[in-house]
Amino acid sequence: MKRLFCLLAAVAAAAAGCKKEDGAAPAAPAGPIELQGAGATFPYPLYSKWVSEYQKIHPDVRINYQSIGSGGGIRQVTERTVDFGASDAPMTDAELQKAPGKLVHIPTTLGAVVVAFNLQGVTALELTPELVAGIFLGQITRWNDPKLAAPNPGAKLPDTAITVAYRSDGSGTTAVFTDYLAKVSPAWKEKVGAGKSVKFPVGLGAKGNEGVAGQIKTSPGSVGYVELAYARQNNLPYATLKNKAGKVVAPELAAVSAAAEGALASMPDDFRVSITDAEGDAAYPISSFTYILVYQDQQDARKGAALASFLWWAIHDGQKFEADLFYAPLPAELVTKVEAKLKTLTSGGKPLPAPGGAGG
Amino acid sequence: MSAPSEPYLRRRIVDVAARGLCVLMTVLAILPLLSLLGYVLKQGLGALSWSFFTELPRPVGEVGGGMANALAGSAILVGLACAIGMPVGILAGVYLAEFGKNRFGNAVRFCADVLSGVPSIAVGVFVYTLVVLTMRRFSALAGGVALGILMLPTVTRTTEELVRLVPDTLREAALALGVPKWRAILRVVLRTALPGIATGMMLAVARAAGETAPLLFTAFNNRFWSASLDKPMASLPVQIFTYAVSPYDDWHRQAWAAALVLVAAVLVLNVAARLVVYGRTAR
Amino acid sequence: MAASTGQAGADAQAAVAVEVNLGDRLFRWGTAAFAAGGVITLGAMAVEMVRASALSLSHFGPGFVTSTDWDPVRELYGALPYIYGTLVSSLLALLIAVPVSLGVAILLSELAPPWLLRPVSFLVELLAAVPSVIFGLWGVFVLTPWLRESVQPPLQSALGFLPFFKGTPRGFGLMAGGLILAIMILPTISSVSREVMRAVPSTLREGALALGATRWEMVRTAVLPYARSGIVGAIILGLGRALGETMAVTMVIGNRAEISASLFAPSYTMASVIANEFTEATGDLHLSALSEVALLLFLVTVALNIVARLLVWRVSRVSR
Repeated sequence: MKRLFCLLAAVAAAAAGCKKEDGAAPAAPAGPIELQGAGATFPYPLYSKWVSEYQKIHPDVRINYQSIGSGGGIRQVTERTVDFGASDAPMTDAELQKAPGKLVHIPTTLGAVVVAFNLQGVTALELTPELVAGIFLGQITRWNDPKLAAPNPGAKLPDTAITVAYRSDGSGTTAVFTDYLAKVSPAWKEKVGAGKSVKFPVGLGAKGNEGVAGQIKTSPGSVGYVELAYARQNNLPYATLKNKAGKVVAPELAAVSAAAEGALASMPDDFRVSITDAEGDAAYPISSFTYILVYQDQQDARKGAALASFLWWAIHDGQKFEADLFYAPLPAELVTKVEAKLKTLTSGGKPLPAPGGAGG
Repeated sequence: MSAPSEPYLRRRIVDVAARGLCVLMTVLAILPLLSLLGYVLKQGLGALSWSFFTELPRPVGEVGGGMANALAGSAILVGLACAIGMPVGILAGVYLAEFGKNRFGNAVRFCADVLSGVPSIAVGVFVYTLVVLTMRRFSALAGGVALGILMLPTVTRTTEELVRLVPDTLREAALALGVPKWRAILRVVLRTALPGIATGMMLAVARAAGETAPLLFTAFNNRFWSASLDKPMASLPVQIFTYAVSPYDDWHRQAWAAALVLVAAVLVLNVAARLVVYGRTAR
Repeated sequence: MAASTGQAGADAQAAVAVEVNLGDRLFRWGTAAFAAGGVITLGAMAVEMVRASALSLSHFGPGFVTSTDWDPVRELYGALPYIYGTLVSSLLALLIAVPVSLGVAILLSELAPPWLLRPVSFLVELLAAVPSVIFGLWGVFVLTPWLRESVQPPLQSALGFLPFFKGTPRGFGLMAGGLILAIMILPTISSVSREVMRAVPSTLREGALALGATRWEMVRTAVLPYARSGIVGAIILGLGRALGETMAVTMVIGNRAEISASLFAPSYTMASVIANEFTEATGDLHLSALSEVALLLFLVTVALNIVARLLVWRVSRVSR
């Protein structure tokens, strides 16, 4: 074991020594900066657009983001195998304790978790919180159940079995969805609970938002929870929901922003907040922030500066790409707070060059 | 001549029925292969294009782009696996053939056989703990190590068998000329066995090129060009998996195209390996 | 190196002899070191997996394999659903693959004329060469829709009273997993069986034929009994491969940790849960539980492999 390790370490050191120059000579003009990120599939369509657009302005910065789920993002950033993580579910105190350094949550955008479905001849569906819980608890098993027909008098609901699709991987989207269900359904809260990986009573598991959307798309009669972008990009119909105020709301960007408004007043300093089942007539009940997770103190000054600059760009210029991809922009007062947070990032104790200075 | 007797007729019927059953089983065995190859060919050909081979993936949801980085990445990873698996495997095989008729040799053979049956995902987990956590990053190196470990048993056993096949007369002739034993083995025996070893190599490469599970937590994935050993690297099988389970139609098309490329590569390697073998035995 | 007479020549020869011994010895030790690489890797793997599972082993003990609770929220981990899924899908695969592979093996080794032999054996080997992920791709887009539309509904209407065919036909599930595994282990079982059958001495075959046996009777009485233990070994090798197969199964089995008698139900195998959850298990216990699943898989496949090799070696060694 030791011999193999030494051999590998030698090869690795040789490889690293040959290839990696950044960080070694800060004064000399070094090669391109590569940032590794991993995590939530929820914002993946947006992040992949950002990464591509940012590279056009800064060709020397390459950001490789892999969507492996919020659970994966948290784990990999904790183990420092990536430069930044991403998660829709804010990290719990226990998870933060485990990290070798202080991790900071940077909210980047707002999105909606929608209940998408694949049902022949049905393109619109209205659901109440009880119905959503009933479907995912496995209590409502056929599409033509009278409980489903009640709020949908015009829809021709066929006598097909309901196939639920859920996330098999550790998912922030699951955390948001189950957080909502736990709030609106005591039965759900007791039986299943909320979290990134819960035991769903019924259904088929798929990996990532991509997998669940794929599952819904290929299986007639299926229903699942996905981020709005995935439903829109794949032409999956999704349901309108009755919110806390009793109004039926569609997951539009304005409704998502409305859900965030309520939380602004009481926004904690670390931005960890849940905005599901929000107050307000226009609020869409399953909305969520999504966060990028970075260490307060960056190990590599050059990379840290590049990361901070990217994040600065994301919360300013990056916001204009959101509407096309069905994400809602961050509220203006939140952007100010996030700017302040970005300015507190350091490397080796020294503050990073002010992001948004040159080339922001 | 009298008519065949009753019991003989029954035996003939059983014989024909049994043979027919075997033919039926063979047809059943080949049907899925033909279906798979047919679909890969049909869907894949339609999706192949110049941009597939030369472009990088586009942002999620946008149509177009290609898998150029995954193609290059697979080539690099397999090359790395060969660099690790080949020397170790060939020299181990030489040891087993020349000096290995002892307890240690038996232990090595045993371990090689066992290693060839270990699920590739277990190898991936092992390399994650060994390399990825130690280096604190996903890397092409980790992927190469995982694939190299998977190649090791095949290369070792093939080398051993082929070196054993080299006639002793060659060895004795070399020794009689005063060549030191080690030189004789390297220059004469190994060189003679080389075509066969190359065959084993091709088959091992074909296996490594198609492995997905161990790469999931070692080389990870990368949407850019990358040639560094200490960064994540895209690979064809991982890309096929990611695209296949996604909801995007364009990604599905690209997955079929990638599958076509992968199957074609594996096919070519297998056919080439067979040709080498037949070429030798046809002498 | 030409031998020369006299003291100088003798000295030179002695020097060469020492050098030869040293070179040889270095070479021998060098190659032995590389050979040891395989042993070290296997050993390191075993050690590492035990080390990573230690937390879960001490926490759950033997209850790990009997509990059905896999709940990261409450930090309870039981691997029984995965063990069930792995075993059932593999057994289903064997049920389908064994008769088919034996048919193929018998055809190829005893019955086929030369013009048929080459292409058919080539095709069967090709089946072995196709990567798992491509089987998965075909499974998602071709096999599961076919099962869902054309196979499962008729099965349900004809045999729906049996617990195996209850539930909604979805395509994805145990049946798809078992079928795809069957296709994948078929070449393994058939090629090893063929090897074993080939090792049967021709005198036995000729003897049977000389006594007036039909071809099938010859196979039944002369070849199969002799090759029996080797064929069992081939089947066990196929089983070992089925247990460890990851990608194709993950893509079609439905990824649901539930024990159900129905073949239409979704399931989850040990290899699939590792592939899906490994990179994101945040809790130490979660990670350790996954490592324990990997350890179990490792131990079982190693044990099966050993048994199978012994059986196969026995038959092929005796005749060589």
